[in-house]
Amino acid sequence: MKNRIIDELRDIVGVHGLIVEPDQLRTYECDGLTNFRVMPSAVVLPASSEQVQRVVRMCHEERIPFVARGSGTGLSGGALPVDGCIVISLARLNRILHVDLPNARVVVEPGVINAAVTQRVAPHGYFYAPDPSSQSVCTIGGNIAENSGGAHCLKYGFTVNHVLGLKVVLPNGELAELGGMALDTPGYDLPGIFVGSEGTLGIAIEVTLRIVKRPEAVQTLLAAFNSPDEAGAAVSDIIARGILPAAIEMMDRLAIEAAEAAVHAHYPMCDGLLLVELDGPTAEVDLLMQEVKAICSDCGAWELRLAQSEAERTVVWKGRKAAFAAMGRISPDYIVQDGVIPRTALPRVLRDIEALSAAAGLRVANVFHAGDGNLHPLVLYDRTIAGQEHVAEELSFAILKLCVDAGGSITGEHGVGREKQKFMSVMFAEPDLDTMQLVRCAFDPYHLSNPDKVFPRTRLCAEKPGRYEPHPLETAGIAELF
Amino acid sequence: MTQSVLLQAELSALVGAAHASATSSDDMVDGLQPQLIVEPGDVDELSAVLRWANDAGVHVLPRGGGTKQGWGNAPHGGELILSTRRLNQVLEHAWGDMTASAQAGCTVEAFNLRLAEHGQQLALDPLWPNQATIGGVLSVNDSGALRLRYGSLRDLIIGITIVLPDGTIARSGGKVVKNVAGYDLPKLLTGSFGTLGVIVDATFRLYPLPHALRTVTINAPNAALANELLLRVLDSTLVPVSMQLRAGSGRPLQLDICFVGSTAAINVQTEQLARLCLAMGCVAETAADELVPWQAREALWAGDSGAVVCKMSLLPAQQALLVAEVERLTTALRLQWELVTQAVGVGTVRLAGANDQVLMVGLKLLRSWAEAQGGSLVVLAAPTTVKQRIDVWGQAPAALPVMRRVKEHFDPHGILNPGRFVGGI
Repeated sequence: MKNRIIDELRDIVGVHGLIVEPDQLRTYECDGLTNFRVMPSAVVLPASSEQVQRVVRMCHEERIPFVARGSGTGLSGGALPVDGCIVISLARLNRILHVDLPNARVVVEPGVINAAVTQRVAPHGYFYAPDPSSQSVCTIGGNIAENSGGAHCLKYGFTVNHVLGLKVVLPNGELAELGGMALDTPGYDLPGIFVGSEGTLGIAIEVTLRIVKRPEAVQTLLAAFNSPDEAGAAVSDIIARGILPAAIEMMDRLAIEAAEAAVHAHYPMCDGLLLVELDGPTAEVDLLMQEVKAICSDCGAWELRLAQSEAERTVVWKGRKAAFAAMGRISPDYIVQDGVIPRTALPRVLRDIEALSAAAGLRVANVFHAGDGNLHPLVLYDRTIAGQEHVAEELSFAILKLCVDAGGSITGEHGVGREKQKFMSVMFAEPDLDTMQLVRCAFDPYHLSNPDKVFPRTRLCAEKPGRYEPHPLETAGIAELF
Repeated sequence: MTQSVLLQAELSALVGAAHASATSSDDMVDGLQPQLIVEPGDVDELSAVLRWANDAGVHVLPRGGGTKQGWGNAPHGGELILSTRRLNQVLEHAWGDMTASAQAGCTVEAFNLRLAEHGQQLALDPLWPNQATIGGVLSVNDSGALRLRYGSLRDLIIGITIVLPDGTIARSGGKVVKNVAGYDLPKLLTGSFGTLGVIVDATFRLYPLPHALRTVTINAPNAALANELLLRVLDSTLVPVSMQLRAGSGRPLQLDICFVGSTAAINVQTEQLARLCLAMGCVAETAADELVPWQAREALWAGDSGAVVCKMSLLPAQQALLVAEVERLTTALRLQWELVTQAVGVGTVRLAGANDQVLMVGLKLLRSWAEAQGGSLVVLAAPTTVKQRIDVWGQAPAALPVMRRVKEHFDPHGILNPGRFVGGI
C-alpha cells in the first residue's frame, strides 16, 4: 500500500488506530472460517463514526476495497480480507447510545456486543431477541451484516425483524439514514435490504433495535429418543398441533458426546435429543408443556426432563450453544455447515447425510434448529491426514446440495460470504442473481464494499445481464473482474 | 387506426385478444385515464407484456383488486393497466412446514380460506381482504392491528417472484422460513408501490389459527390515560395479539385488546388486565362480538368521499400526543375527525368537513407536527383537488438519493407507476 495512503489513514484514525505491521495484521487475515486466509494491506480501528466515514470516503476516491469487521466470529468468511484491502474494524464503536423503554427501542453503535444489549435492558424485564450462539462475543454490526438468527428466532424472528433504523456510510462515503425510530418510514424498505447484505452495501454506524419484553414463564424440556427420525416426528407433531415453541433444538449422539465432554450439561445419551423451550403466560406454558410432553412420549421419547431451575436451564443451553466449539473434544478439525430444509424433509435428509457420511468415511455430527429446519452438520476430519480436508469440504458441500434439492437454502444464518459463493448458482438462476446485483450497483457501483463475497461472479455495474461479455473497462485494462 | 387500437393489436398478440381490452372511466387513477387493460395468464405472458411496454416506452400501472389504486401520488403516466386478475391461484400450502405460496392476484381472503383447511393463517389483517390481493397488499405494505404479535408483511414474506420492466423473471428468498442466501428482495419489494417490478407470486411463513380469542374493550376517560394503559400492557407479561386505540369527535375513547390461545390462559390474562385497569380507574369489558372492534380501521374509509384518510406513524408512547394534536387542530379548523391507532404506533386518521382548503391546512399542520416528532403522515385517500396540491408522502426521506438509484437500476426507463412513490419515483 502506498505510503501516501498509509499517511492519510494515520491522519484519520491516529497512530493507535492503524495497523500495518505484518505480525499484527495476521490477526485479521481470517474470521471464524479459518481455512480461508488473506492478509489485508492495512487495518484501521476508527474511534468515531466520522472517522469511519472519512476512511470510506478515501477508499472511494482511491478505489481501494474495504472490508468491515466486527468480532470476526462469522463462519462463512464474510469478514475475510481481499488482496490490497483495508479492514475497517468497528470494535471501538461500542457504545449503547440510547435506551427508550416505553417504546422498546435501543440505539447502539455497531461494535456493541450482542449480549450487552440484553444485559443493559434485563433489569427492566426486556431482552434483545436474536441470540446467535456466539452472542457473548459477536457484535450487532456483524449480526446486521449476516442477518443473524439463533435458537429463538423460531418464535422471535431474525436480526432483520429487530432492526428498525440504521445510519450507514455508503460505499461512496456518503451518510444515509435508513428507516428510523417509528415503523413504516416512507420509501423503500432499505433496512430490509441492508440487513443480511453481508457488508456489501456499506457500513452501519448506528443501529436502532427493537427489544422484547421477557415472557412471564419459560420452560425447557429435554426429550431423549432412539433415533433422529422419532425426534423429527415429535417436532412435526408439535408444530402441527399449532404450538409455536420459542425454540426446538435437536442433537445427535456425536453432538451430545462432544457437548458433554465440554460442558457437562448432563444430557441423556441418545440418538436424537430434543430441547423444546416454551415461553409466554404461565397458564399457557403449563398447558402447552403437558401437550408437548404427551407428543414426545407418543413419538417414543424414553426420558423427559424439565429443567427445574433457571440454573439448570442455563446449563442445558450452554451445552447446546457450545456444541460447535465442543467438536474440538472429539475431533482435531471440523467444518460447520448451515443448510436449511423444509422441516418435513428432515428424516429423509438426515438419512441421506448418513449415507454420504458413510461413503466419505468421515463422521458427521448433527446439531440443528429443528423447528425451522436449519441444519448444522459438523463434518469431522483430521487435516494432518493427506487429502482428508478436501474430502471433508466435498462432503459438506454435498450436504448443502441435498438441502437445495429438498427445496431449502444453502444458508440459514451464517451467510454466503466467501465460502458458499459458488453455491449461489445452485440455488438461484442467473436472472435472480443479476437482479440482486442491481441493488449492489445502486449502492456500490465500484464494488469496493466487501468485494468478492456473496455472488459467484461479480458483474461490473454497467454490464448488461445475459451471456458474459467483457465490460469495456475490462478490455481497456482499467478494471478487472474480482 | 388510432394509437390505442395499435396497442391493443400488439398486446393481443402477446396475451390473446380476450385479455387485452379497452378501459372505462372506472379504471381512472387520480384523474388519469389509462387506455388498455391487459391480463396475462402466466408469468411468461406477463414478462412479454412488460418487455414490450419497456421497449415501446408505454407506462404501466400494475393492478390487483384495485382497492388501493388511489394510494400514492397521481401517476405521471399510465397508458396500460397490467392486471393480475388471472394470476389468482394458491400455488402451494406446505402445512407441515407452515409455509404457503400464492399468485399475486389471489385475494387475501381466498388465500386464508385455503390455509384454514389445515388450521393455519397468513397472520395479517389488511383492508378489504375479500378484494385485496396478495400482490396489492404487498405493494402498499398494508397491515392491521395483528401486527403487534405477528409483525407486518416484511416479517411474514419469505420468497417472491417478480418480473422486471425488461422482462427478467427473478426469484429471491425461498420456501423456507430461515434463509439468508443473497439479498432480501422480498423486503425491498414490500411497500415499493409497484415501482421496481411486478410481483407474480409470493411465499409466506404461516401461523396457527388460534383455538380461541377474546376482545376486551376499555373506555378511557382521556387519551393520556389510554396511552398510559397501552404502555403498561406492552410493559407487562400480557401477550395480546392486537391492541388499538379508537377515538373521534363526539365519541368515547376506547382501547381494544385481543387475546388468543387456550380459554384457560385467556381467562388468566383478561383477569390480569382487569386488575391493571382497575388500578388505573377504568373498566375492561369483553366485547359482545370479538371481531367488530377490529373493523374500525376499515370503517374510516366509509361515507363522505370528500374526507381525507391518512396513515400516521409515530411511537407507541406518542399516541396521546397525537390525539391531543388532532383534537386541537380540528377544533380550531372545525373539522370532524376519527382515528384508529395500533399499539405499534401506526395509525389511520380521518379528517372531514368544511372545504378542501381547510382540509389542506389541517393536513399540512398535522404533518408538520408528526414530522417534528420524528414520525410521518402519508395521505391515503383525498379528494382529487387536494391530492393535486399536496405530496401524499410528505418530506423526502433522508435516503432518497439511494432510493432513486435503486429505482434507476430496476426501471431505467421509468415505465412502472411513474411519479407515484416518494420523491417523484
